[in-house]
Amino acid sequence: MDRIKMGEMELRKVFSKTLLELINNDSNIMYLEADLGGAMGTSELIADRPEQAINIGIMEANMVGVAAGLSIKGRIPFVHSFGTFATRRCADQVFLSGCYNRANVKIIGSDPGVSAESNGGTHMPLEDVAVFRAFPEMKIFDVAEPNLLKFVLKETSGEYGMSYTRFPRKSKMTYYDEQQSFEIGKGIVLRKGSDVTIIASGLEVFEALNAAEVLKTMGIDAEVIDMFTIKPIDAELILASAGKTGAVVTAENHNIIGGLGSAVAEVLVEARPVPMKRIGTRDHFGEVGDQKFLLNKFGMTSGHIVLAVQEVISRRDGQK
Amino acid sequence: MSFDKKKIDLFAIDIRENIMRTIASKGSGHVGGSLSIADTLAVLYGEVMELDPKNPKKEDRDIIVLSKGHAGPALYATLALKGYFPLETLQTLNKNGTILPSHTDRLKTPGVDLTTGSLGQGTSLAAGSALADKLDGRGNYTYLIVGDGELDEGQVWESALFVSHRNISNLITFIDVNGKQLDGTTEQICNLGSIERKFEAFGYNALTVEDGNDTEQVYNAIIAAKAEKRKPSVIVLHTVKGAGINKYAQMANCHSLSVSGDDLSQILTELEEKRDQIRGC
Repeated sequence: MDRIKMGEMELRKVFSKTLLELINNDSNIMYLEADLGGAMGTSELIADRPEQAINIGIMEANMVGVAAGLSIKGRIPFVHSFGTFATRRCADQVFLSGCYNRANVKIIGSDPGVSAESNGGTHMPLEDVAVFRAFPEMKIFDVAEPNLLKFVLKETSGEYGMSYTRFPRKSKMTYYDEQQSFEIGKGIVLRKGSDVTIIASGLEVFEALNAAEVLKTMGIDAEVIDMFTIKPIDAELILASAGKTGAVVTAENHNIIGGLGSAVAEVLVEARPVPMKRIGTRDHFGEVGDQKFLLNKFGMTSGHIVLAVQEVISRRDGQK
Repeated sequence: MSFDKKKIDLFAIDIRENIMRTIASKGSGHVGGSLSIADTLAVLYGEVMELDPKNPKKEDRDIIVLSKGHAGPALYATLALKGYFPLETLQTLNKNGTILPSHTDRLKTPGVDLTTGSLGQGTSLAAGSALADKLDGRGNYTYLIVGDGELDEGQVWESALFVSHRNISNLITFIDVNGKQLDGTTEQICNLGSIERKFEAFGYNALTVEDGNDTEQVYNAIIAAKAEKRKPSVIVLHTVKGAGINKYAQMANCHSLSVSGDDLSQILTELEEKRDQIRGC
């Protein structure tokens, strides 16, 4: 569709540029890297700004603890590793030294879910959101768009507390213009519709937008929401949209257990249950493959979303 | 500055008395590891550290990180004696709504700067906090207390590599080598070998304190550690778990114990005798 365009920069370039800007504007901003500077495109930054940007070595547990210690003294550290290692590898450090200690660390996990591609199942975080959702006060962002990434980085740097942001390093897709306004904790209605609500995050937003175009040709008017803040979830928007359409499909680049789909389901079942279906991996480990192959294998393409929409609409209409 | 051993030894006894009063008020607690570190806390808070109990968040204060967070009662007794909060507060240890949880928590207790409790994690927190002080040129010190059993945790060695590589020499690490962990001796469970040689291999200036329950030896080691600016220092304290109270010092395992009112009376008598000996000498 027209809305999705190929941007000029990979997201990792957007990340390093935004980080440099933040570092230049505030001497308290720091960047700790667990030896993936080459992969993340931050080697130059680390070489040029040694006072604020450090390659700490391959030690994620120590990296998170050091960052938490720095933050207690007023520094604002961003830390990065691949999503797998930035989350489950150091989960207890993030919980205790970070969250419980009320520290101020911005965790960046790159290449979420299927975007890990040829790094394969060992490096494919499909559980990261679930792990961190259970940590009190942790904010979680799933992003795959340059303007949104810039916003989240800037906004989280200025807001005290722990946060986790996952994004695919090499994606160049864009679907927001620079004037788009965002707000933490508020989903973005990308397409208004009245027949069904599709709530997606990260790279599944592309699939959701494409699914909406296909659905349009079938006479189904889908509302598409980019729920880039998974925690705290925008319950108000979920309930308003589900109240209008009466049928919900979620789409996430993550296991359906514990991620976006679970968060949306929790809101709905406690307030206004409607027929719902979750798109995401269904309790599988990741594996090597390109994104297209993996999306298809795990049932996460726009085609799968279309089928899920048909199913929830039929369940809704059957209840009438 | 000459070291007033008599004054600090009496302070260490006051700390021990209040550790035991605290634990007895709850009925049980981490006795052994609290007593083994009491003399080091007496030296740090009685002589060495720059701090202001009336202004616990003073910008350039020295910081203590109790990575062996279960020794909370020892730190609480020390902080109360220094006036961070009333001595009566010690009676609330681990009771509902207390500001004194079993493991140290910076948000609950005045004078506690970093939250610990998951072993190993205090080492990285201390490293980060001390690095910020170093980058900002504050000139203060961070004192990190690690248990010997805690050295089993891999994170201790990750942070040691980092501290050495960055020469965070404003961080002084103590290892409380009381030789025992929860289920037995460190030698039986996972032999640590020479702790000094391990830290030296990581690039540290390693100092041995033969009797880690002798306040003067601890003090001299801290002065030597402060004099070394080219590398970070570790002070390996050879202590006795349960030190300073005869029946605990002789026990095979005194990690966590119940302490009755009768136990407390006996202990207070013993400590009073020790006070008299110190005053008399």
